[in-house]
Amino acid sequence: METSSLIYLFVGASFALYIGIAIWSRVGSTKEFYIAGGGIHPVVNGMATAADWMSAASFISMAGLIAFLGYDGSVYLMGWTGGYVLLALLLAPYLRKFGKFTVPEFIGERYYSDTARLVAVICLIFISFTYVAGQMRGVGIVFSRFLEVDIDMGVIIGMTIVFFYAVLGGMKGITYTQVAQYCVLIFAYTVPATFISMLITGNPVPQLGLGSELADGSGMYVLEKLDAVLVDLGFNAYTENSKSMIDIFAITAALMLGTAGLPHVIVRFFTVPKASDARTSAGWALVFIAILYTTAPAVGAFARINFIDSVSDMPYSEVAEVYKNYEDLGLVAWKDKNGDGVIQYSAGAPFVGKPDFDGDKRGESGERTVTNAPTANTNEAYVDRDIMVLANPEIAGLPGWVVALVAAGSLAAALSTAAGLLLVISSSISHDVMKKTFMPHISDAQELRAARLAAIVAIIIAGYFGINPPGFVAQVVAFAFGLAAASLFPAIIMGIFTKSMNKEGAIVGMLAGLVFTFSYIVFFKFVSPELNVAENWLFGISPEGIGFVGMFVNIGSAFLVKHYTKDTPQDVQDLVEDIRVPSGAGAAQSH
Amino acid sequence: MPEQPDQPNQNGDANIARDRAKAYWRANLKLLGKLLVVWFVVSFGFGILLQPILDQFQFFGFKLGFWFAQQGSIYVFIVLIFVYSHRMRKIDRDFGVED
Repeated sequence: METSSLIYLFVGASFALYIGIAIWSRVGSTKEFYIAGGGIHPVVNGMATAADWMSAASFISMAGLIAFLGYDGSVYLMGWTGGYVLLALLLAPYLRKFGKFTVPEFIGERYYSDTARLVAVICLIFISFTYVAGQMRGVGIVFSRFLEVDIDMGVIIGMTIVFFYAVLGGMKGITYTQVAQYCVLIFAYTVPATFISMLITGNPVPQLGLGSELADGSGMYVLEKLDAVLVDLGFNAYTENSKSMIDIFAITAALMLGTAGLPHVIVRFFTVPKASDARTSAGWALVFIAILYTTAPAVGAFARINFIDSVSDMPYSEVAEVYKNYEDLGLVAWKDKNGDGVIQYSAGAPFVGKPDFDGDKRGESGERTVTNAPTANTNEAYVDRDIMVLANPEIAGLPGWVVALVAAGSLAAALSTAAGLLLVISSSISHDVMKKTFMPHISDAQELRAARLAAIVAIIIAGYFGINPPGFVAQVVAFAFGLAAASLFPAIIMGIFTKSMNKEGAIVGMLAGLVFTFSYIVFFKFVSPELNVAENWLFGISPEGIGFVGMFVNIGSAFLVKHYTKDTPQDVQDLVEDIRVPSGAGAAQSH
Repeated sequence: MPEQPDQPNQNGDANIARDRAKAYWRANLKLLGKLLVVWFVVSFGFGILLQPILDQFQFFGFKLGFWFAQQGSIYVFIVLIFVYSHRMRKIDRDFGVED
C-alpha cells in the first residue's frame, strides 16, 4: 500500500477509536464531567496523565530541540520529568484529600477569598491558552505534511474530534481517550526509535544505543562521533553546554516548578479514589512519561547524525526526496551561496531570518529560491527543528507503515493535551467563575450545560491559534511553565505547607509573580527582541528560565504582605491540618 | 465530619490526637526532606552544577554528567516517587491515618 493511504488508514482508525470511546463514556453530572466521578484506577490515571502531559512539543519538537541543542536540551528532559517528583511529594496527595474539582477552587477556599479564586482563574487561563496554542500549531504541521490538506482544514478536523470527546465525555471521556492515545503515541515513538537505533548502533534499545558504538565499524561511540563531526563543522560539541550554567539551572527549575503548577496536570490527580492513590498515580505517570523522555535524547542524537550524513556536502540534485517535500512546505531551505550546487552545512544562520521564498521560482540546481539576504558565514542550509521527529523515519528509509504510525502518534499527542487543557479552561469558567462566584444558585444540570458551552468557546479560540500560530511549538509552551512556576505553584505550596499564609499575601504574591514573569518575557520576546542577549538578562537568566525568579518574587512579596495584614482565620487553619492527613478523604464533594 | 473525637470533657484525648497529627506531619516532612535532597543532587547537582567535573568520567559511551542530565536523573526520579509512596503508606499505618 502507498504510504499516503497507510497514513489515512492509521489516522482514520485512531480517530474512529477516540470517537467510539467518547460515545461510550458520555457523562450526565458535573462530577463526572470535571473529575470523571473520582473513581479512576491510579495506573489508568497515570497513563492518562502521561498522554495529557506529552504534548505536540514532547512528541514532535523535543527530540528536534535536543538534536540541535545537545547537552543544553537536557533542560527539557530534567525539567519536564523532575516536576513529577514535586507533584507526588508536595501537591497531589493534599489536593486530592482536599477533594474538590479545580485548582482555583483550592486557592479560593484555602485563601477564603473570591478574589484569590478569580486571580487563580486568570493565571490558569493565561497558562492554558499559551499551552494550547502550541498544540494547535503541532496539529497544523502534521496535517499539512501528512494528509495533504491545508493547515486550516487540518486544524478544523482536529478541533472537531476534540469537540466530540471533550464536550460529550468531559473528564471521563478524556481519561479513556487519553489511555488509547497514550498507547498510540508511545508505540509510534518507540518503534521508529528502535529501528533507527538498530540501523545506527546495532542495539535495539535506544537508551542503550545512545551509549553504544556506531555500527559502521569505526569503533567510535555515537556521542563521540557527534562531538567530532559538529566541532569539525564549526558547531559547539554535542555533549557540552553553550548556554551558561546559571541559565541552564534556572530554565530546568522553571520547567520543573511549572510542571508541578500546571492546572491540567494537577487536576488529573483529583480523579483517583484516595489521597495515597494520588502518590502512586504520579509515580506511574512518570514511568509512562519516562519511556518517551529517555528515548527522546537518543532519537535526537541519531537524527542529527542522519541529517548531517544525508545533507552535508551533498549535491542538491542527490538529496533525498523527503527534504524536498519539507522544502515545499517551507520548513527546509537552501541558499547556494558559493554557487557550486553542493549543500554546505555548518554553524550559523544561512541567511537573515526565516526563509522567504520567491513564489515557486527555482534556482539553478532546482532548489526553491530564497530571497533573504545571505549571511557572511559558509552555512547554506536552513532547517526547522520541528521536522526532526516527523522526518526521521523517512530520512532513515523506514517502511511506510512506520511513517503512518508517526503521523497518528503525533496527532494523538497534540489532541490529548489540547483536550485536557480545554477541559480545565471550561471547568474553571463554569465552576469557579459562574457557580462559585457570580451565579451560586444554578443547578447541576445548568452548570453542566455551561461547562459544555465554555468548552465549545475554548475550542474555537484554540482553533484560531492553530490557524494563526505563534512561534516554535516548544518555545511557546515553555512560557506557560514560567507563568505556572511564578503564580500557581507557590500559592498552592504555601497553602499546604504554611498555616499562616493569608489571603492578602497569596493574592499579591500570585499577581506579583505573574506580572513580573509575563512582562520579562514580553519585553525580551516581543517589545525589544534585539536586546534579548545574555548581557541584558537579570542575573544572566533568559526569558525561558525567568519563572524561577518569578517564584521567589511571588513568595517574597507574599510573606512581606502577610506580615502586615490580618492572620488566617481558625477554620482555614483547621482545613490545612485536615488536608495534611490522608484519612477521611472520601469521595470528592461537589458543594 | 460526622465523628469528632474531641468531646468537650475529653480535652486530654484531643491533645493526644493533635500531638499525633503533629508527629505524623513531622515524620512526613523528614521523609520529604531526604528525598528532595536526592532529587536536587541527581538533577541540579550531577546534571548541571557538577556536570563539568563528572564529564571527565566515562560511563559506557556517555560522559557521566551528560548521562545524568539526559538519562540517569529521570530513572532516579521514578524511584524517588515509588519510595515515597511506599514509605508513606507505612507511616500512614503507624499513625493510624491511612485512607
